[in-house]
Amino acid sequence: MQTRLFTYNRVDTFVHRLSGFTKLLCFLILTSAVMYTYDIRVILGILVFSFTILRISRIQYRDIKLMLIYVFVFLAVNFVLTFFFSPEEGVKIYGTRHVILYLFGRYNVTSEQLLYQTTKFMKYFSVIPLGMVFLFTTNPSEFASSLNRAHVNYKVAYAVSLTLRYFPDVARAFTNISLSQQARGVDLSYKAKLSERFKNASLLLIPLIFSSLERIESVSNAMDLRGFGKYKTRTWYTSKEMDKEDYIAIAVSLLILLLTIFVSVYIDKGRFYNPFIK
Amino acid sequence: MEKVRAFQDPIIDFENFSFKYYIQSEPTLKNINLKIYEGEKVLIVGPSGSGKTTIGHTLNGLIPFYYKGEIEGSLKIRGVETRNLSIFELSKIVGTVLQDADAQFLGLTVGEDIAFSLENDNVPQDIMKRRVRKVAEMVGVEEFLAQSPFELSGGQKQRTTVAGVLVDDVPILLFDEPLANLDPLTGKKAIEIIDEIHSNTKKTVIIIEHRIEDVLHRSVDRVVVINDGRIVGEFSPHELVSVHVLNEIGLREPLYISALKYADVEVTVDKSPGYIETLKLSERDVQHLKDWKELVSKNIERVPIKKDDVPLLKVENVNFSYDPGRPVLKNINFEVNKGEIIALVGKNGAGKSTLAKVLCGFVNVDSGNIYINGENINNRTIKERAEYIGFVMQDPNQMISKQIVYDEVSLGLHLRKLGKEEIEERVNEIAAVCGIKEFLKWPIQALSYGQKKRVTIASILVLKPSIVILDEPTAGQDFKHYSEIMNFLSYLNSLGMTFILITHDMHLMLEYAHRTIVLSSGEIIANDVPSKILTNREVIEKANLKETSLFELAERIGENPTEFVQCFIDYERNLRGKNANEIIHL
Repeated sequence: MQTRLFTYNRVDTFVHRLSGFTKLLCFLILTSAVMYTYDIRVILGILVFSFTILRISRIQYRDIKLMLIYVFVFLAVNFVLTFFFSPEEGVKIYGTRHVILYLFGRYNVTSEQLLYQTTKFMKYFSVIPLGMVFLFTTNPSEFASSLNRAHVNYKVAYAVSLTLRYFPDVARAFTNISLSQQARGVDLSYKAKLSERFKNASLLLIPLIFSSLERIESVSNAMDLRGFGKYKTRTWYTSKEMDKEDYIAIAVSLLILLLTIFVSVYIDKGRFYNPFIK
Repeated sequence: MEKVRAFQDPIIDFENFSFKYYIQSEPTLKNINLKIYEGEKVLIVGPSGSGKTTIGHTLNGLIPFYYKGEIEGSLKIRGVETRNLSIFELSKIVGTVLQDADAQFLGLTVGEDIAFSLENDNVPQDIMKRRVRKVAEMVGVEEFLAQSPFELSGGQKQRTTVAGVLVDDVPILLFDEPLANLDPLTGKKAIEIIDEIHSNTKKTVIIIEHRIEDVLHRSVDRVVVINDGRIVGEFSPHELVSVHVLNEIGLREPLYISALKYADVEVTVDKSPGYIETLKLSERDVQHLKDWKELVSKNIERVPIKKDDVPLLKVENVNFSYDPGRPVLKNINFEVNKGEIIALVGKNGAGKSTLAKVLCGFVNVDSGNIYINGENINNRTIKERAEYIGFVMQDPNQMISKQIVYDEVSLGLHLRKLGKEEIEERVNEIAAVCGIKEFLKWPIQALSYGQKKRVTIASILVLKPSIVILDEPTAGQDFKHYSEIMNFLSYLNSLGMTFILITHDMHLMLEYAHRTIVLSSGEIIANDVPSKILTNREVIEKANLKETSLFELAERIGENPTEFVQCFIDYERNLRGKNANEIIHL
């Protein structure tokens, strides 16, 4: 169905077996590594790594197709816009200018700009699969319990898990509301003007908010009536001790981060890899 | 029972108890005096807004913990004044099963959901798992512990919610409208589950409901009737249906009781009429019923099913699937004629909503054709389709996007860029038809549920569709509001409008539908008058419906059930036809 965005699916793989906390930590470590470096060699390495993880966790292509398309379109638009707004960014960073193609005015394609933009594109692209792996392989309840074990207040942890859990519901309600409003004539397609689309979006949000409020009331009643918040601590039905696999995953992620920093400090002498100055 | 009580203290004791929500000017509960004893099974009935839900909230502590207000008088549970207890302490005495199982699942799996309350009590994981298993075995869901509660059948969902409460070993179980949003068969099972738990555990059971006939599928000790914040009386089920109290406060009496009354059979306590199984009919009573049936079938002209040359809507060989290889609709063929009210029924997941989406153009057919007045509308956009087929969602809150009634009703016309005068004219015309003319300048959130429903219907009708599909128009409504909504639709129908109603409500089918279409696993398995559908055991089972008590009554007196049910329908419609003038101006 259309609302297959972000649904936890149960399969038994190495990635699924990891604790939610481990996955979050690894995700953060790897993301910092990617955000830190502008060395395309390192980034490509991480890209291969993250697609391998995606493969291992046996996520079906059709489940992520929609999200991949969105991300790809977003990145492509970003790519074009970056060029239009600052075509000389690459030249500024690398300090040389090798023009490949003369266009017009200040718009000339340089190798520097191409390298810079490709690097940036790859940066985002290598993180996306990791985010998907996290969303698709993490049991929200188990994630809450592992957050709690990492000394996050259990009420906060539970709120996070509820959000993850009710996301598909809200998405379904949103689809239905959007369809019924389109039937009344609300134009959400690219045909409408941007300002109009903005206004039209509010026609969807108001019903979504009012209908969700009721839902929130019944969930919070159900929680109160079953004693949520009684004590300062709580135990978890679905919790898992950290084991060897978890420590291995964290170690591998840390290793990648350290390697990235090592490459920057000792090889690139900075965050950028500069092939233009020999 | 009476003898035992004399020596026993009540487990629940309301004494001159009143409650007023801070946000309201009038008290919702007025001077309640009620004693409930250990091991009793008590049904609390009353129309919407009578205060029955508020009574439930005072018992489980949501009042005053969550809903604030002023309390007067005393409410003791097991001898302790409840205002001295926290909601957590109360939740160990009164276990509450809320309406709508889907909205109260907190765990991702059945096991986790049952464990929720233990988790909050810091019970260690190994003990927790053992207790969850034990309770799951008690209610019969032990095979599903690792599954998501949303994957279960309706009955299993009910069992899971009950297990989540029983895991605390509470002495009192409170069921707050357990039948709301359930299809008839699941509702019947829910009542059986409650009864089974009551007789196995000897716990005190309190059921708050307005669907009396459905609850009385199994026995209860006492029925407390509440209206306008006061207790009207306490009755045995036999007394309840013999006295006139239900009609007076706007609740529906069981169908077989209505039939008895129509046939001039006196309903008295000595006939034990509370349950159809215990009902005693004399030979004279049986004769009365037979005579009545004879009279009705002779004197009331039956309206035959309409058959136009060019039907208003024609659906031809429609197939649809979300994923290739998993068809949701298989070779759907049917016609709807102008001026018909069609009930579209079937289990959850049978394809009803998908069929509605296909008709409205929200999704495109894989193959097949849809015609309106002979014109193929397959290639029309969603927006264009809305001028042929309108769709009213179940929850009015999911449709309302403006603050003022006028803006909401005119939204579709504005978006179609019509002239100001034409818009005003059309809105005024529809508002008059829908009886919301006085409200046009009102803020929508100030309206009642029924009025909001009218606004959403008006905002669709203003586009002048040939046919309107309504998703569960009466779900969760009590008899009064149900009648209000349905009489409104029936009035619009008398003006020539055509409706398809997606529903679980068997009363709606009996009372208002000209024809019923039954979907099962994406196929139409029946398309006939309601009296035939509701007396066909095979179809009933496949659509998660149940037999009506009229069916059983007909069999008892040796009449053909289909004909008997049809007579009942004809008689009631005739009766309503006579009252039509009152109905239009509500």
